[in-house]
Amino acid sequence: MKRKLLGSWEIKKTNTSSGLKKVVISVTSIILGLIFAGLFVLLTGKNPLELYTEIVQSSVGSIYGLSETIVEMIPLALCSLGVSLAFRMQLWNIGAEGQFYMGAFGATYFALFFSGLPKLVLLPLMLLAGLICGGLWALIPALPKAFWNVNETISSLLLNYVAYLWIAYLVYGPWKDPKGNNFPLTKPFSDNGTIPVFGNTRISYALFLMFIIAVILFFILKHSKWGYEIRVSGSSRKAADYAGMSYIKNVLLVMFLSGSISGIAGMAEVSGVLHRLQQTISPGYGYTAILIALLARLNPISILLVSFLMGGLLVGGYSLQTSGFPSSMVSMFQGSILFFVLAGEMFNNYRLVRKKA
Amino acid sequence: MVEMRKITKEFPGILANDQVSLVVNKGEIHALLGENGAGKSTLMSVLTGLYRPDGGEIFIEGKRVEFSSPKDAVKKGIGMVHQHFKLVQPFTVAENIMLSIKELKQIYNLKEIERQIIGQSEAFGLSIDPKAKIWQLSVGEQQRVEIIKLLLLGAEFLILDEPTAVLTPQEAKALYTTLQKMAVSGKSIVIISHKMNEVMENTNSITVLRDGRSIGTVQTKTTNEKELAKMMVGRNISSTTGKTLSAKTDILMTLANVSALGDNGLLKLKNISMDIYKGEILGIAGVDGNGQKELAETVAGLRSAKQGAISFCGKDCTKSGRKKRINLGISYVPEDRMTTGLVTELNAYENVALKSYRKYPGPFISWDKVKHDSEQLIEKFDVRLASMSNPVKMMSGGNIQKLLLAREIESNPKLIIAVYPMRGLDIGATDYVRRLLIGESEKGITVLLISEDLEDILSMTDRIIVMHGGEIMGVVKPNETSREEIGLMMAGKRKVDLHEA
Ligand SMILES: Nc1ncnc2c1ncn2[C@@H]1O[C@H](COP(=O)(O)OP(=O)(O)OP(=O)(O)O)[C@@H](O)[C@H]1O
Ligand SMILES: [Mg+2]
Repeated sequence: MKRKLLGSWEIKKTNTSSGLKKVVISVTSIILGLIFAGLFVLLTGKNPLELYTEIVQSSVGSIYGLSETIVEMIPLALCSLGVSLAFRMQLWNIGAEGQFYMGAFGATYFALFFSGLPKLVLLPLMLLAGLICGGLWALIPALPKAFWNVNETISSLLLNYVAYLWIAYLVYGPWKDPKGNNFPLTKPFSDNGTIPVFGNTRISYALFLMFIIAVILFFILKHSKWGYEIRVSGSSRKAADYAGMSYIKNVLLVMFLSGSISGIAGMAEVSGVLHRLQQTISPGYGYTAILIALLARLNPISILLVSFLMGGLLVGGYSLQTSGFPSSMVSMFQGSILFFVLAGEMFNNYRLVRKKA
Repeated sequence: MVEMRKITKEFPGILANDQVSLVVNKGEIHALLGENGAGKSTLMSVLTGLYRPDGGEIFIEGKRVEFSSPKDAVKKGIGMVHQHFKLVQPFTVAENIMLSIKELKQIYNLKEIERQIIGQSEAFGLSIDPKAKIWQLSVGEQQRVEIIKLLLLGAEFLILDEPTAVLTPQEAKALYTTLQKMAVSGKSIVIISHKMNEVMENTNSITVLRDGRSIGTVQTKTTNEKELAKMMVGRNISSTTGKTLSAKTDILMTLANVSALGDNGLLKLKNISMDIYKGEILGIAGVDGNGQKELAETVAGLRSAKQGAISFCGKDCTKSGRKKRINLGISYVPEDRMTTGLVTELNAYENVALKSYRKYPGPFISWDKVKHDSEQLIEKFDVRLASMSNPVKMMSGGNIQKLLLAREIESNPKLIIAVYPMRGLDIGATDYVRRLLIGESEKGITVLLISEDLEDILSMTDRIIVMHGGEIMGVVKPNETSREEIGLMMAGKRKVDLHEA
C-alpha cells in the first residue's frame, strides 16, 4: 500500500523488514524519546544535556555506576523474560510485580525458618520456593482464563496489590525483626541464605541465572515444539484445537512459568541484593518489565539489552534525586521512549520512497 | 461507468497485475474470471483503494480519480465485499453497520439505522434481522450484511469477491436475484467467481485474467464455457474424471447412536449411526447447517459426543480427542480455513508444520526439514506463492485452500474428512483435487466428503448419506438415485417414506 505524502516522496508498505532496519529504528526512536523528554526538562529551567550527562555518568561512567546498573538490570530482565513468555501466547500477564513479591516471600520463608541449612541446600530451596510461589500466584488469574475465558489482564493486575499488602502484613507483623527499631523489615538472612556477589560489587551470581533463562527461552521459542504451540495458540485458539494442542494445558503452563520467572527475580532480589525482606523491594520492576518486553518485541536477547538500558536509567534517576529532581522524572523518560518506539513501529511496516518520475 | 486503464500492481517478488484494463458499464453485471492467483482480488482491491497501483489510471464517469484509502473509494460510490468478511462477531448487524457508517455520515441513532437496514433489505430482497448478533448468522446472512452495509454507504459500484463460494445453491440463486434487481436500478456489479455455469447464466459481460494480464472482455451471450476455460488456462482442458463405483465392505469407522451439541448448546447431531468403509468416498449431502459441520468435528475429534460410541479400525475411540485422532490417521480439511485450518499470521512452512511438528524426535522441530518438505509439497500441488516466508494471509484465496489440502492429503492419513474442499478453487484446481481424492480412495484411503454441491457428490462418491435437522434421512448410491430424490431428502423427507408413497 502506498500513501501520498509530500511531493515526490511517498510512504510505501513493505512486507519484509530486515533485522538491521529494526535496530536502527528502535535506537532512533529511543533517542527521539529522550529529546522529547528533554523539552520538558527545559521547561523546568534546567539544561537537559547536563541532566543526560549526569544520567550517563552515574549509570555507566564509572565501575561503580556500571555495577549498579547491572544490579538493576537483573530483576528487570528476569521479570521481563517472564512476562514476554505469556505475551507470546497473547496472555496479558501484567502481574509480574505481584509474582516478584510472592517469589521474594517464598524465598524469605526458607531463609528465616531454615537458616541453619547449608548454603548448597538452602539456596536451591529458596530458589525453588520463589519459583513455585511466583508461578502459583500467576496461576490464580490463569485458571479462570483457561476454563471460563475470564480476562487475565485485570485479575493479574489486581493481584499485585494483594501480594504487596501480604508482604506489608508480614513485615509489620509476624516477620518483623524485633531488633529492627520497629522498621517494616525482617531480620537479615543468615550468610547461608544469601547469594554470593562478584568481588566488592553488589552484583550477585543471579546474573548467571538471568543469562541461562534468556538463552533457554530463546531456544524454546525458536526451535521447540512447545514454543511453536505457544505461537499457534497465541494467534488462533481454534487452530490450536484443530492441531490437537491442549489450549488449557498451555495457558496454565505458560502462566505458571511466566510467574515463576518473576518469582525467581524476587528471590534473587531478597537473597542477592537486600538480604532481607522489607515492605518495598521493588521500584516497580514488574511494571517496567512490561515496557521492556514490548520494546524488545518479546525477543529474549533484546530483552537483556533493553533491560540494561532501563537499569541505567533507573540508576541515573537515583542520582538525579540527589541533585534535586523528582524521582518520577524517570517514569516520564520511560513514557516518552515508549511513545516514540510505538510510533517508530510504523516505519517497520512502511518505507519512505522517492516516487518514480 | 468505471474504467481501469493499464493498471499495474507489484508485490515483492510477484507482478500481480500487469497493465490490466477493464470497463464496467452502468447497470451491468460483469464477471471477472481467472485461475487462482491470476490477480482478480488484487485488481479489485486497487479499484476499492485498498492497494495503490504502481501504474495505470482509474476513471469514473470519464473523470480521473485517485484513491489513497477505501474511504476515498466509498465516497465515489465504490464498495467491495471481500473474500473473507470483515465483521465484528459479538456485535449486532446494526452495530456493525453503524461502525462503518459513522466515519462518513454522523449517524449514531441505532433505531434509524435499523429502519434503513430493513428498508434496503426489502428493496433488494436481502432478508436480515438487524438485531441479530453476527456470530449467530450463517455465512450467507453475513454476506447480506456486508452488501447492505455497502448499499447504506451509498455504493453505486459493488464488487463481490467469490460471493457464491460460501453459499448453498439456493442462497446463490437468491443472491443473483438481488444483484439483478440492483443492476436494473442502475448499479454496476463486478463479481469474481470460479463457477462457470452461474457466470454464464447471470452476467452481461466477462473479463478473463491470466497470470496478472487481461486476456480480454467478451459478451456473455456470445461465448461458452469451453471458450472461457481456454482463455483462463491457455489451453483446452479435458472435462472431468470418471469414477468407477465400487462396493467396499471392510469397516473403517463406526458411529453408533452418536449425539452431539452445537456451539449454541442445542442438540445438532441426533442419534447418528453409520459405518464408513475402507477405501470408499462417502458423500454427506444436506443444506448447510443441518449437522454436517458437527458431524465432521465429531469424527475429527474436535467435538465430543454427548451420547453414543465411535470406533476406528475396530477400536473404541469415543473419548479420544483431536490429538489421538490425528495419530490414528484422521485428516481434516475444515470449512473455516482462515482461523481453524491455518494460522494466517504464520508463513507457509510454519503452517505445514501444524500437522507434522509432532513427528520430529525430541523436543525440537527441525525447521530445515520442514522447509524442505514444504517446498516439495508446494511444488507437487502447484501452490503459487511469492515466498514461503510470507504470512499465509498474503496468498490468494485459492492457493490458501490448496496449501491446506496439500498438507492434509500428504500426511498419510487413513481417513480424510473434507468439508467443502473445492471452495475457492479454479476449474483446473477443482479438477485436480477431484482426481486426487478419487486417486487416494483407489489407494485404499477413505474420504468423507461433505459438500453442498450435488454435482460433486453425485460424480465422486460411492455412497451418499443425506442429512436434515441433524438426522440421517437415508443412504443412497449415486447410480441409483436422482437429484430429485436427494433434494427431497435434503428437505426433510426420509428415504423409507419416499419409497412407501
Ligand atoms: N498482500 C500481498 N502481499 C504479497 N503478495 C500478494 C498479496 N496479495 C496477493 N498477493 C499475490 O498476488 C497474486 C495474485 O493474488 P490475488 O489474490 O489477486 O489472486 P486471485 O486471482 O484473487 O486468486 P484466487 O482465485 O485464488 O482468490 C498471488 O500470487 C498472491 O500470492
Ligand atoms: Mg482472490
